[in-house]
Amino acid sequence: MTATTAPATAPPGPDRRPALRHRLAERGVDRTLLLVVPGALALIALFCYPFFYGLQLSFQPTQGGVLGAYHKFFSDPFSRKSIWATFSLAVPASVINVGASVPISYRMRRDFRGKRIMLAVLVVPITLGTVLTAEGILEFFGPAGWFNRTLHLLGLAASPMRLTMNYTGVLLSLIISGFPFAYLLTHSYLSGIHPSLEKAAATLGAGWWQRFRYVTLPLLLPGLLTTFSLTFVMAFAVFPSALMVGDPDGHTHVISIEAYEAALERFDYAQGCADAMIMTLLMLAVIGALAAARSRMYRGATGGKG
Amino acid sequence: MPDALDASAPDAERRRLALRPGTWITWGVLAFFLLNLAGVITTVLLDSFGTRWFDSWLPGGWTGHWYSDAWREFSLGRVLGVTLEVTLLVVAISLALGVPAAYALARRDFPGKRALTLLFVLPILVPPIAYGIPLATMLYKVHLAGTLTGVVLANLVPSIPFVVFTMTPFIEQIDPRIEAAARVCGAGTPTVLGRILGPLLVPGMLAAGILVLVRTFGMFELTFLTSGPSSQTLVVTLFSAVNSAGIRSTQSIDAMAVVYTGSMAVLLLIALRFVNPTQLVARSAD
Repeated sequence: MTATTAPATAPPGPDRRPALRHRLAERGVDRTLLLVVPGALALIALFCYPFFYGLQLSFQPTQGGVLGAYHKFFSDPFSRKSIWATFSLAVPASVINVGASVPISYRMRRDFRGKRIMLAVLVVPITLGTVLTAEGILEFFGPAGWFNRTLHLLGLAASPMRLTMNYTGVLLSLIISGFPFAYLLTHSYLSGIHPSLEKAAATLGAGWWQRFRYVTLPLLLPGLLTTFSLTFVMAFAVFPSALMVGDPDGHTHVISIEAYEAALERFDYAQGCADAMIMTLLMLAVIGALAAARSRMYRGATGGKG
Repeated sequence: MPDALDASAPDAERRRLALRPGTWITWGVLAFFLLNLAGVITTVLLDSFGTRWFDSWLPGGWTGHWYSDAWREFSLGRVLGVTLEVTLLVVAISLALGVPAAYALARRDFPGKRALTLLFVLPILVPPIAYGIPLATMLYKVHLAGTLTGVVLANLVPSIPFVVFTMTPFIEQIDPRIEAAARVCGAGTPTVLGRILGPLLVPGMLAAGILVLVRTFGMFELTFLTSGPSSQTLVVTLFSAVNSAGIRSTQSIDAMAVVYTGSMAVLLLIALRFVNPTQLVARSAD
């Protein structure tokens, strides 16, 4: 990719053979760059090409003209609502996951006994996998599960709460699988901020809220936004758990289910690709907005040398 | 809390008191989360060893036959073989393609670098389902869908960028002057790669390889979209079993889920011995 564009930018000359090579090397173009080529080619073949293939396929539905598939998606209220279903799951899930991981990692910064065990326990859910999580949620939060039994025993609920096979179930599974991930990222960003900065603020008489509000939070925010984006990507793409613990006919008919059903259950590839394109576009819009917000924030050392 | 802003002496006492509820709420919420998490895991574990469990605190009796059932019913031996084959191939290929790319991206600054970086970032940002559907459609067209090759190719898409971004901090930690010194001493490119950079990069490659292994082992969407009956990995077999739940007993699905989680936990424990998750994000503080 670069190998083809780079020579065009350098001034070509008839008897400049050595000079051209040196000029290119000065701009960072030399044989080392060939190392990128295999990886880049693989991604172009497996990511870009299928993407554009899907894009042009999405404009060739069996009926309805060029924009037929898109028109069909937006005119059918059931599929249109899947956008709302996706966002109403992904936004609360990522807000809860990132929001909860800040105070917890803030307390976990100090060294205390059992900190390593605590970290290990928080990593465990990453190993669970969607099926065990889904089965566990069905059995634990189900009408006859331990959660409702305990509520009944404590006299907190007369009849079992409906927590599975609906919106709550999917949200629970997103929190179980997403929180450890958000926590790990937040924890690493927070431990990248040197404590001496806060100590300096404390020396100058700042209370804990001032220290958090004016020192730690601004340094942490870019990292938090990254964490939010990645958690959001995970929650946005929720697919298996929305089928297993949700009610795919209603509030958890997310856009990935819509796309999957179109492509591989009805074998309407054009429609499936159109749905995938809509999904990508929505995702990139959110990520782009977050990245734009992030670029307006402080970027620089959080090491606090000293 | 806002009145704790003043740091004069009498307020110091009050501030410590004001901090208390926040701490307690934090730990309380965490404890509640962990308690429920433990409940979720324990119910599945108990169910996979229980005989009959309808409306009581504990299953009626205990048995281990769900595991042998699951092993036979789902031919887990073959499935595990396929899983192993897919993961190892993906790890090997993505390392072979990703490490050189990471090296060039970490060391050189060149026109078009931003575009190239974007090419490596996008597969991580776009949800697997979104690019998986066009990819699967294309693989169907070239008759690779349903085969092991198709599954491996699909899994390479997120793995190569993952290797690149895991390797970059490792490469940046190596002082370029070491390479320069080797070259001054007369080492050619193969020698520099094989005897200087190679050994220095082994820890990073190990880390990236293990993380890709864990990710591929647990990757559901891409494998689900591109696999056929003979190329299913463990996750996909599990999901298909749940979806045809009418025929399968919950207990043997639970048993299989326990097998999956067990192997995943072992993999992750091995990974954590080699990789400190914090170092992937926070650059080394100099």
